[in-house]
Amino acid sequence: MTVKIAFADAPVGTELPAQTFRVTRASLVRYAGASGDFNPIHWNDRFATEVGLDGVIAHGMLTMAQAVRVVTDWVGDPGAVVDYGVRFIRQVQVPDDDKGALVEVSAKVAEVVDEAAGTVRVDLVAKCNDQKVLGMARAVVALS
Amino acid sequence: MALDQSFVGRSYPPTRPYEVGREKIREFAEAIGDPNPAYTDPDAANELGYPDVIAPPTFVFSITYAAAGAVIQDPQLGLDFSRVVHGDQRFAYVRPVRAGDRLSVTSTIESVKSMGGHDVVEIRGDVHDETGELVVTARSKLVARGADEG
Repeated sequence: MTVKIAFADAPVGTELPAQTFRVTRASLVRYAGASGDFNPIHWNDRFATEVGLDGVIAHGMLTMAQAVRVVTDWVGDPGAVVDYGVRFIRQVQVPDDDKGALVEVSAKVAEVVDEAAGTVRVDLVAKCNDQKVLGMARAVVALS
Repeated sequence: MALDQSFVGRSYPPTRPYEVGREKIREFAEAIGDPNPAYTDPDAANELGYPDVIAPPTFVFSITYAAAGAVIQDPQLGLDFSRVVHGDQRFAYVRPVRAGDRLSVTSTIESVKSMGGHDVVEIRGDVHDETGELVVTARSKLVARGADEG
């Protein structure tokens, strides 16, 4: 058994353990390098301001990667995620200090997708400064 | 500028294979701060039933987005690349991407819309491995903001 959570133990309404992720300028530099996304809005305040932002913002794909950890840490096997989608509805501002920004992610089981396959849909909520940064954040997960 | 509807359904040639390396997966996992051993320890991945370390769910975006560049920068489509922002992203997985995969992406334009002065293009990237099997399908909605907005 590779997936830690049994289908029978995760009825609709089950809350997954919430997590908070810190994002600093150093995180963004690191993510830029690892992902190959070198858009200067993610590391250059001068450029970000010139294109109408209030300063450097996090890569949406970094937020998407962090949010799904609430699901993959819950099930143990990241390969149990069979579908994952988000809408980027608000930018995560990352101030130039050591504290950075905090992204708080909660999630719960919203629907049984396929009882025979043991798949459920998990709806995620990702917030920064009490405002949602992802919309329609949903993962379909195959439980054991 | 309204984009040409005749582009809907257009596919671009498959990309040259991207070889997924263990250390690239490790670098990515560290960058997103995810210590799951399935990403870095082949033994841990084996215990989960995988032949080698697997990649975090969003890893493949780097590959599909690079492939989508052919669409975004297609001069015939005429999307204003300098104003493109990422609207939605979705992945449908057949299996996780893993070290040793040689992945090729075929990009297809799924829809083209103009909404409120913005151009919206949905691009599907079908990612196949070296045996031709589908591994994951990525869907990206890209929005080119209207020129009259900041």
